[in-house]
Amino acid sequence: MIWVQNILSILLICMGIFFMLVGSIGILRLPDFYSRTHAVSMSDALGISSVMLGLMVHEGFTQNSLKLLLIILFVALSNPIGSHALSRAAFIKKLKPLLTAEKQKDEE
Amino acid sequence: MTHFFLYSAVVLTIIIAIPLIRVVKGPTVYDRFVGANAIATKTMVLICLIGFLFGRIDMFVDITLAYAVLGFIGILAVAKYLTSRRSDSE
Repeated sequence: MIWVQNILSILLICMGIFFMLVGSIGILRLPDFYSRTHAVSMSDALGISSVMLGLMVHEGFTQNSLKLLLIILFVALSNPIGSHALSRAAFIKKLKPLLTAEKQKDEE
Repeated sequence: MTHFFLYSAVVLTIIIAIPLIRVVKGPTVYDRFVGANAIATKTMVLICLIGFLFGRIDMFVDITLAYAVLGFIGILAVAKYLTSRRSDSE
């Protein structure tokens, strides 16, 4: 039964690393601040949850596995809150999104 | 299985180095903090993988929890400072 555990753990960790790679490429390639926030918050939460789930499968039913579950719950709560607070700060300070720049140039 | 953890930790280090470009050349200050937040959240996974690699996951998982709480408080403090009236004079 140990090989089922190993294969499931390897699949979950590879899936999480793929999602984190997509988030990193998104933060480098997307043109706007709001789209960068959109790319990095959701894909990072899914990638970290997936890797921690793979490590839980590899660990088994122990106390450390419960702590890894606590890390998953904390990331799922805190990562959207942090991204939302940062983009709300940018919105209050009137940082323009990309598509309103042309309209503003036409009005001037 | 130890080899797999080692290789995934190396790949994850390369992934963590990518948002550093956005931190260096971001047009606004908000872009830099988004890059720093991405680096801080991905470092938690790297610490857990290093714990499995060394065989001391009982110690490293506590370090990961403390690091997660510190990164969350840090990004909330930065967002609160950027909305405050004191940072208008930049």
